[in-house]
Amino acid sequence: MSVELLKGNVALAEAAVRAGVEAYFGYPITPQTELLEHMAKRMPELGRVFVQAESEVAAINMVYGAASTGVRAMTSSSSPGISLMQEGFSYIAGSEVPCVIVDIMRGGPGLGNIQPSQADYFQVTRSAGHGDYHPIVLAPASVQEAIDLMTLAFDLADQYRHLVFVVADGLIGQMMEPAELPPMQPVRTAKPDWALTGAEGRDKRVITSLELTAPELEAVNLHLQAKLQTIRETEQRWAEQWTDDARLIVVGYGTAGRIAETAVRQARKEGLKVGLFRPISLWPFPEDRLSALADQIDAFLVVEMNAGQMWEDVRLAAGGQVPVMFAGRMGGMVPMPEEIYEAIQQLAEKLPGDLRSGG
Amino acid sequence: MCAVSMVEQAEEKVVYKRPDSLNDCATHYCPGCTHGVAHRLVAEVLDELGVRGRTIGVSPVGCAVFAYQYFNVDGAEAAHGRAPAMATGIKRTLPDHVVFTYQGDGDLASIGLAEIVHAATRGENITTIFINNAVYGMTGGQMAPTSLPGQRTTSSPLGRDVELTGFPIHMAEMLSASPGAAYVVRRSLHNVKEINRAKKAIKIAFQAQLAGLGFSMVELLSTCPTNWGLTPVEALAWVEQKMVPVYPLGDFKVYDAVQTAAKR
Ligand SMILES: Cc1ncc(C[n+]2csc(CCOP(=O)(O)OP(=O)(O)O)c2C)c(N)n1
Ligand code: SF4
Repeated sequence: MSVELLKGNVALAEAAVRAGVEAYFGYPITPQTELLEHMAKRMPELGRVFVQAESEVAAINMVYGAASTGVRAMTSSSSPGISLMQEGFSYIAGSEVPCVIVDIMRGGPGLGNIQPSQADYFQVTRSAGHGDYHPIVLAPASVQEAIDLMTLAFDLADQYRHLVFVVADGLIGQMMEPAELPPMQPVRTAKPDWALTGAEGRDKRVITSLELTAPELEAVNLHLQAKLQTIRETEQRWAEQWTDDARLIVVGYGTAGRIAETAVRQARKEGLKVGLFRPISLWPFPEDRLSALADQIDAFLVVEMNAGQMWEDVRLAAGGQVPVMFAGRMGGMVPMPEEIYEAIQQLAEKLPGDLRSGG
Repeated sequence: MCAVSMVEQAEEKVVYKRPDSLNDCATHYCPGCTHGVAHRLVAEVLDELGVRGRTIGVSPVGCAVFAYQYFNVDGAEAAHGRAPAMATGIKRTLPDHVVFTYQGDGDLASIGLAEIVHAATRGENITTIFINNAVYGMTGGQMAPTSLPGQRTTSSPLGRDVELTGFPIHMAEMLSASPGAAYVVRRSLHNVKEINRAKKAIKIAFQAQLAGLGFSMVELLSTCPTNWGLTPVEALAWVEQKMVPVYPLGDFKVYDAVQTAAKR
C-alpha cells in the first residue's frame, strides 16, 4: 500500500468502500459533500448501492432498510442533517441493526455556518435520538486516523449490532494529508441470522423497535443496557503523551486535540510538566484511564471547539479529585496553539507549587 | 401464540382457506374495519404469485402497525411515514425480492408525503398498499389530509372547513403524474364486487413489480367505523356515498407494459 495525498471526506468514503460497505444513502451538506460525491462514483462502479435521498430523514431510513437485510450500510452528513436523522438513529438502536454514520460537524446552532466545530458532542454522545441509549462514537484527529477508525466502525457496528458514529469537524473533512488506505476487503457474503432475506425455508423474521407492553419493553431496554455496559467496559479508546510525570493534563479530541498537542509540545520545551490526553472514543468515554490519571495530577485543562461539552465528561471522570478547567472557541472558530499555550500558562500560575519541578 | 381455528377437512375439496401468507392469529382491528379485508387480499395475491418466500413487507405507524405480525413473510416496522424510504433500502439491497409497504393516509399522505412522492418519482420498484380511511384511526380519529370537507373528527369538531384546513389530498391522482410510477389505481372495499376489483388491482401491482416496471400503488378506500361513529354496515354505505364521490375509483396510471405483465 502506498501513501497518497487524500482529502478527509474522500478518505473516509474510500475507507468505507474498502471496509465492504454495500449501501450508501445520503444528502448533500457542506462540509461533508465530497464523501457523498465519492460514493456516487465508487459504489455504482463496484455494483453496490448508492442513492441520493430526498432528505436526511429519508437517507437514514433507507440505511435502516438496507441494514435490515444484513449488509454493511452507512450515511454521512453534517450537523443540521444529523439533527434530522435523529428519528432513524433511535429506530436503528431499538431494533439492533448495525450501521455507520459519519458526522462532519459544522458551527451551530441552527443553520450556523460551514466552519469546523465540535458542537455536536452532546447530540451524538448522549443518545442521538429519543429513548435511552448511547451510540458508539469515534473521533479521529487526522486523515489517517479517520481511515483507520472507519474500518473499526464497521467491525464494531457488526459486533454489537449497534450504530457507530465517526465524528470529525469540517477541518478534518476538508484538509488533505498523506495517508495510507487499507486493502479492499471482500464484501461479506454470508448473511447474519437475524437479517431479512425472505422467509423461504425458515420461520419469518421481523425487524422492529415496537414493544407495546411495559414489561417487555423494559426487558428490551435491560438487554440494550447490558450490551452498552459491555461496550463501556471494552471499547474505551484514547491516545496519551507526556502523561507519566505530568501535573497538568490537557484533554482534547479531534482537531482540538491535535492543536493542543502543538501547545503541549511547546510547554514541554519550556520545561512545564504538562501531558496530553486525546479521547478517541467519545462514547464510551475513556473515563477509567482519565480517572486514574486524576489521581496523579493537579488539574485538567479541557480544550474543545464548543462551549464545553466534553468538559462535563472529564469532570465526571475526575470525580472532584482535581479542578477541571476549560478553554474553547465556538461558532466555527478554531483555537490557535498559542491560545492553548497561554491557557496552560495561566493555569500553571494558579496551581500550587511549580509546574516545572514536578513536585 | 395465536389460536388455531382452521377446520381439518379430510375428504372435502378445500375451496376457502387461510392464505399461507397470512398468519393464523387474531388481528386487533375493530369489528367492521376493512383493514382486515385488505390484509387478506394482499396475502391471497402473494400466495397466488408464489412469492411468499421472497417477500418483505414494511409496516406503517397507524392501525396497521402490527401488519408485520399478521403477514407470514419477513417484515420490518418503519417509523411514521418512512416506509417507502425503508423499503427503498431493502429493495436496493435485495433487488430480486418482492418488497411492499402497507400505509394509512396519515402515514403516507401527511408525515410521509415526501418519502412516497420520491419513491414513486425514483421509480422505486416496490408496491404500496395505501389505506385511505379519511381519518387517523390509531390515535383516535383526528383529521387526516384525506378527511372530507365537512367531516367531523376529534381535531375538526365542527367539521372540516376547507377555508381553514385545506382540501382533501388525492394521492393516486398526484402520484400518477410521476414518470416513475408504472401502476397507480384507486379501488374500494365497500362491497364484494369492489373487493374483487381491488384484489385484481393488487395482483397487477405486484406483477408490475415482478416485471421490474417501477413504482406501483393501489389506494383502497377503507372503513373506520370506530372513529366515524358508525356501525360497520353504515360505514360501508358511508364509503360508497360520501367517499367515492370525492375519491373516484379508477386507473390513474397504467403503463402498457403493466398490461402485458398482468396477462402473462
Ligand atoms: C413521528 C410520529 N408522529 C406521530 C405519531 C402518532 N401517530 C400514530 S398513528 C398516527 C396516525 C395514523 O393514521 P393513518 O396513517 O391514517 O392510519 P390508520 O390508523 O387510520 O390506519 C399518528 C399520528 C407517531 N407514532 N410518530
Ligand atoms: S380505529 Fe378505525 S382504522 Fe383502526 S382498526 Fe379501528 S376501525 Fe380500523
